[in-house]
Amino acid sequence: MTEYILCLILFCVGLYAIMIKRNLIKIIIGLCIMEYSVNLFFTLIGYKHGGIVPIFSSLDETPARMVDPIPQALILTAIVIGLAVTCLIVAIALKIYEKYKTYDIREITRLKG
Amino acid sequence: MLQIQILIVFMIIAAVIAVESVDLLGAVVSVGAVGLGLSIAFLFLQAPDLAIVQLVVEILSLIILIRAVGIKNGASAVRERRFIGTSAVVICLGIFLIFAYKSLLEIPRFGSPIIGVAGRYLMQSLKETGAANVVTSIILDYRALDTLGEATVLFTAVIGVLAVVRKIGRKSKE
Repeated sequence: MTEYILCLILFCVGLYAIMIKRNLIKIIIGLCIMEYSVNLFFTLIGYKHGGIVPIFSSLDETPARMVDPIPQALILTAIVIGLAVTCLIVAIALKIYEKYKTYDIREITRLKG
Repeated sequence: MLQIQILIVFMIIAAVIAVESVDLLGAVVSVGAVGLGLSIAFLFLQAPDLAIVQLVVEILSLIILIRAVGIKNGASAVRERRFIGTSAVVICLGIFLIFAYKSLLEIPRFGSPIIGVAGRYLMQSLKETGAANVVTSIILDYRALDTLGEATVLFTAVIGVLAVVRKIGRKSKE
């Protein structure tokens, strides 16, 4: 239970950065932190006390003791997609910097042209 | 598990430093600390595949973020002083945490998951797919269409990056 609460606090730190910060880089950092905390939360849900890795290293291993493999498979997909999303956001932020010469979101008001 | 709790507390401290630091390069390095802590947490949670992928992805995204921060002047010259907005957001996050605690009481406790279809995968995957790694057999065999969708999203993002950063074909304004 404590693990879940701590994970949610990590999520809240990222959400705080997105809602309150005016620097585009800080907003991207907040998005990264939220993504990490959600990945961690899914893996925490799949953990079993005294569990072992879901890999058969020998034939006499008992599958009943292994941790839940499905959250791990889904998160493996989500991590890679997170990298692609970070790439796209940083590219857009660099384009904005090229046009406005600042990362301050209050200065980015000229949406036309 | 005490190790996991210590690691998550470390990640929270690094995240707070990343959010509140004035120096943008220091903030990006702190995000790297969060990601590497997450990688070690995956190892403790018996997910070595995730730990390896997280390590590689973390290093790549760190390089990309440093490219964005590496601009010399004016990158970190953004003043952040708002008392009313900050306190309102903190109150909202407190309400969110209270409701999240209420709903966390409903899901299974930490360390005792409901293993539904995964039980069948664990029992049968070695026989049906021949893969020793159950996670890989799920990704590439049972749920291969998911992985196809992931590749689609990845290439869509690459096309988006190319469309945003391209120089050729863009009309230059005099």
